[in-house]
Amino acid sequence: MAAPPQSVPGRRLVKELLGRGDYAIISEIVESGSKVLDLGCGEGELLEWLAENKGVDARGVEISRERVQRAIARGVSVYQGDIDQGLADYPDKAFDYVILSQTLQQTQKPLRVLREMMRVGRHIIVAFPNFGHWRVRMAHLISGRAPKTGLFPYEWYESPNIHFLTVDDFEVLCRDQRWNVERRYFLSGTRRVGGLPNLMAEVAVYLLRLD
Amino acid sequence: MIVETENVRFHSLALDCGVTLAPVDVAYEGWGELNQAKTNAVLILHAFSGDAHAAGISAETGKPGWWDNMIGPGKAFDTNKYFVICSNVLGGCRGTTGPSSLNPETGRPYAMSFPLITMGDMVRLQKMLVEHLGIERLLAVAGGSMGGMQVLEWVVRYPQSVAAAFPIAGTARHSAQQIAFNEVGRQAIMADPDWNGGDYYSGKPPGRGLSVARMVGHVTYMSDDSMREKFGRRLRNKASPVFSFDDEFEVESYLRHRGTQFVDRFDANSYLYITKAMDIFDLAQGFGSLGAALERSQARFLVISFTSDWLYPSYQSLEIVSALRSRNRDVAYCELSSNYGHDAFLVEVGEQTELIRGFLARVYKEAG
Repeated sequence: MAAPPQSVPGRRLVKELLGRGDYAIISEIVESGSKVLDLGCGEGELLEWLAENKGVDARGVEISRERVQRAIARGVSVYQGDIDQGLADYPDKAFDYVILSQTLQQTQKPLRVLREMMRVGRHIIVAFPNFGHWRVRMAHLISGRAPKTGLFPYEWYESPNIHFLTVDDFEVLCRDQRWNVERRYFLSGTRRVGGLPNLMAEVAVYLLRLD
Repeated sequence: MIVETENVRFHSLALDCGVTLAPVDVAYEGWGELNQAKTNAVLILHAFSGDAHAAGISAETGKPGWWDNMIGPGKAFDTNKYFVICSNVLGGCRGTTGPSSLNPETGRPYAMSFPLITMGDMVRLQKMLVEHLGIERLLAVAGGSMGGMQVLEWVVRYPQSVAAAFPIAGTARHSAQQIAFNEVGRQAIMADPDWNGGDYYSGKPPGRGLSVARMVGHVTYMSDDSMREKFGRRLRNKASPVFSFDDEFEVESYLRHRGTQFVDRFDANSYLYITKAMDIFDLAQGFGSLGAALERSQARFLVISFTSDWLYPSYQSLEIVSALRSRNRDVAYCELSSNYGHDAFLVEVGEQTELIRGFLARVYKEAG
């Protein structure tokens, strides 16, 4: 069991950005005028917001052709490719922030992706859904089937999620890899979680760096 | 929108091969208005057999431009917002100096005495035209196929003069396959006795050779799917094939028609010179690597390729993208889905419009 993570004190209520709490947190973390790479950037909504409101140099990687098209049509520089392989071209420390928002659980090799993010970014921001949330645990315990909740709404056979990690799992990984956790945020809906994040957080957002 | 082709004559142009060409004429067309600050100019670069007439209706021929569906009011290159220019390439036969032009020293067409030209020479001449029009920095350079190759030459040769670059269905260098198809075309022309060592301007042009070259070209521009869809095994005016060497299949008839049509509008020697310039082109040459060459560029890139394009396959666009990413240059890349083969860059208007219009608007906003 990892040491109980400390949530950053501050406002309990997070205002949403583009309908998402984790985006609001990411938008606060990212400094103005920095270079940002968003992996699995979808239609580039967050990147567009960051470019317009924080003047960042925004780049993205996205695998779906339709989403890439919509992102480029917004004027965001998105590369159509797979993040499991797609970072190899970038030089070391090419970006100030590399963002992976709600995608870690969908990558083939999460550790390799995280290491590549550490290589190309000075800081990395990882947001992921917490499989340890009490509602997921209850769903599994009571139904005896693959959990299906608001957070994990898919049938097991069509879920894009192929890894099911919890806040504690991620803490252990950071400790084992000797990554420096600069900040951590735990959300339930748009509310900051006070204690017991592994049980209470629906989504966790980590700001990390290599050393 | 009726447009007329304009002409400008430059005193001379020093070529990569060491020869100085003098004088040099350039044919070009323009659409929209250059703004006061001269920040809204877009240069369109045509493909191998294209010309300056990219948009509008030609006052001379009454025909629409080769990219008319992409350039105009409200279109991808919106002429309500941007001043769009296109010129015929050096070595061409549609108004710009080429092998069919008169050599002032002899009073006869250059023919095969025309010097060897390169993509770099073509681009240098385009830069002279752009400066002549009072434009220091282009908002964008865009083009498909050979036009895409010129886009790359532009950003490497004049990095300060380009804000956005759109190389579409292009490459940083020809593969063996691309050189091979060009060589088949050249040999078809040169095997025609009417070619006569390139000296045919006072007599009959090598129409049979040029036509065969064009037929091969058209096959490479399509895909197996698009040909099946367009022709299948359909016959002309009969129910079943008889053993004859007439054009009984529709695909035969189509290719012959396109071949013959081409002879009326294109010069065989231009075919030789321009295809050679494409084959020789290698963006990395002199820089050690593609990455080192593209590191010079300062533009934002939007690279587009098409799934069924086997003549300029996506891997060639990806080489460009990968080199740009390795130098941390700003690049967007999308492989659009299409059945049309290499022709897709001329045909797939809807999706290209969405991408280019949005991307260009963003660059214009940032630059403004």
